[in-house]
Amino acid sequence: MESVVEKWTTKVNTITLGATKQMGGTREKTVTVGGSSTLPYLNFEGAWPNPPAIAIEMWDREPDGWPEPLADAYADVWKDPAKWAKRAVEYGAEMLCVTLKGTHPDFGNRSPDEAAGVVKDVLKAVGVPLIIWGSGDFNKDNDVMPRVSEAAKGENCLLGTAVEKNYKTLTASCLADGHKIIGESPLDINIAKQVNILISEMGFKLEDIVIFPATGALGYGMEYSYSIMERGRTAGLSGDRMLAQPVICTVGQESWRVKEARGSEKDFPTWGDLKKRGPLWEATCAATLMQAGGEIVVMRHPDAVKSFKSLLREFTA
Amino acid sequence: MALTGLDIYKLLPKTNCGECKSPTCLAFAMRVAQKQASIDQCPHVSAESKEKLGAASAPPIQLVTIGAGDFKIAIGNETVLFRHEETFHHPAGIAVTVSDKLSEAEIGARADKIVHLIFERVGMKIAVDMACIMNDSGDPAKFAAAVKIVAQKAPVALILASDNPDSLKAALEVCADRRPLLCGANASNYQAVAALAKEKNCPVVARAKGLEALTDLTQKITAAGVKEIVLESGAEGVRQTLEDLTKARRYALRKSFRPLGYPMLTCMMGDGDSFLPVLKAAAYIAKYAGIVVTDAIEPWQLMPLLTVRQNIYTDPRKPLQVEPGVHKIGEPGSKAPLLITTNFSLTYYTVEGEVEGSKVASNILVVDTEGTSVLTAWAAEKFTTDQIAAAMNKYEVEAVASHKKVIIPGLIAVESGKLQEESGWEVIVGPKEASGIPSYLKANWGG
Ligand code: SF4
Repeated sequence: MESVVEKWTTKVNTITLGATKQMGGTREKTVTVGGSSTLPYLNFEGAWPNPPAIAIEMWDREPDGWPEPLADAYADVWKDPAKWAKRAVEYGAEMLCVTLKGTHPDFGNRSPDEAAGVVKDVLKAVGVPLIIWGSGDFNKDNDVMPRVSEAAKGENCLLGTAVEKNYKTLTASCLADGHKIIGESPLDINIAKQVNILISEMGFKLEDIVIFPATGALGYGMEYSYSIMERGRTAGLSGDRMLAQPVICTVGQESWRVKEARGSEKDFPTWGDLKKRGPLWEATCAATLMQAGGEIVVMRHPDAVKSFKSLLREFTA
Repeated sequence: MALTGLDIYKLLPKTNCGECKSPTCLAFAMRVAQKQASIDQCPHVSAESKEKLGAASAPPIQLVTIGAGDFKIAIGNETVLFRHEETFHHPAGIAVTVSDKLSEAEIGARADKIVHLIFERVGMKIAVDMACIMNDSGDPAKFAAAVKIVAQKAPVALILASDNPDSLKAALEVCADRRPLLCGANASNYQAVAALAKEKNCPVVARAKGLEALTDLTQKITAAGVKEIVLESGAEGVRQTLEDLTKARRYALRKSFRPLGYPMLTCMMGDGDSFLPVLKAAAYIAKYAGIVVTDAIEPWQLMPLLTVRQNIYTDPRKPLQVEPGVHKIGEPGSKAPLLITTNFSLTYYTVEGEVEGSKVASNILVVDTEGTSVLTAWAAEKFTTDQIAAAMNKYEVEAVASHKKVIIPGLIAVESGKLQEESGWEVIVGPKEASGIPSYLKANWGG
């Protein structure tokens, strides 16, 4: 039979997160993602050397309105970031995504020092690499992230997010303190490239950037993320260096917003057991987006993590 | 693959005789390529050329219809590898299994359950559209009895899963009018199964290990006179399945390779794990499955799967929009807040989700921004004071918000002064991000 092997010209960048003692940090392990030379798990035509890595999301403050399945998993620890971090690692997190929600002016307005303290506590409590995610309020992030970056200096974390309208402060911090960076774009390939160009013009290596193309929940725009990721990836594999970065997806955060994942059985009696429905909604979104090339998946529920992992195990076997 | 004008030109006599009413053969070829003329209009074209053109104009992936009347689905006839290149056209069938080893009462109960796997979301109904009856017993009579019960109870397309031609025959006696998918034919039984399929005009599954064996088998089945075929590669493991699905699609689309130009079926059984088959099925729906068969039957298993299909088969060329106007969340009274957002579905459903999550009954005024998000719409002047004020008038928001207060997205805070002047309403600047809505509503409108 004729060959239908696709000749991709470029590889996705390989990126390693976390720094062990020898590397000048305190992490017990590092995590490496990317490096593939084809679309997800098409091993017949290329390498897919590193399976997607799963990060579990945790906050610097007690979350507001997380539904019951998440409360069952974390409510006894979510007032204490160090305990929450340990719990997430027990649930199988290869990385933690520390979301500094509490620094947002509308969600507690915590100080940069408080945020830095949380990051230090988490670094002390667990040995996995960290993703540190700002609150999204530009002014506040520009106060908070430099302090946090400094507090985690040498740990080779992944910090986010740099956006078209606000990237300079974060890029400078990551450069100074040896971190990798997340470039965010709103479901738009051209803006994704633009953000990468802006960041790299400050002397930041393209190989140290992770793309966050914005994630849509299953049923609520997942297909937009899917196609943006797939378009970006096919371009990246075809030689576009501005799109050859690994991709991060915030599956947990988006999934648990939607009523199909969080609506109670009382409100939706025909939808079945919430304790299964919510985690499966999250895991299904992860499994689908993985086919478009997500390398780092940020999740919430332990059962979603567990089943997504078993899927990855089968793909890697 | 469609031929270009030049490809067609090469097949013409190149005499420019003009009998086709085109001045030249080339002009005629261009018109044929654009489907403005038919090749038959040239009296001099050779039979061989005609055949080549006919083969090239057939779709690279056969359209297969399964079922009859209202219980019918159509799969295949896909044209692209990536949905962003155009769209995926024919949503994959989602089939739930029923074993003929169950008691009659259990079969009936399972069929009833399948019927109820229907959900309404974003204004559309999504439902399990196939049932796959498994001849686990090996017994033709038991199989036919099971098929009969399912056919009666479940208004869905049927798959008859048995490699025993006697079982298929017995089952067809009770459901041939439903035009089920025979599942199926393999290297040893294909003669009998293809004959049945031909006699009853049913589509058939060709099952063989690997694409090469499948190529061989589908050629034999077509030679027996069956056109509508579904492939099953019987791959072991998810990676091999993904490989087969991907390669078959590429052979069909890139190489116009007829023997693999059919939709493909994959089968996921739980083996005690209730999540994993759903995740696999989701991956296969994204990557080219025409039918997924699963023993999953709980609503919390099928709802995400049906939603994956709905998402993946959404036409990416159309911006998803929601109806402009006032949308009610909960049962808003006269003191309920009135929020404003755009009609881009992604924006709207995020806002709706957060408002719902806040448990504060509210009204949301959706402004027609031609399916663009808040900032994009604002930058394009589709979501500035003029349009918002016009929408407030048009949809008579005073009827639902006699308090005359309106909440605009924080991202367009600059509009607040002008809108206040223009509308005479009190304009409140809401949170910048939807995630800020619940705490905002609870704090300010929760009373
Ligand atoms: S009728 Fe046929 S041969 Fe004559 S000009 Fe038209 S295409 Fe050419």
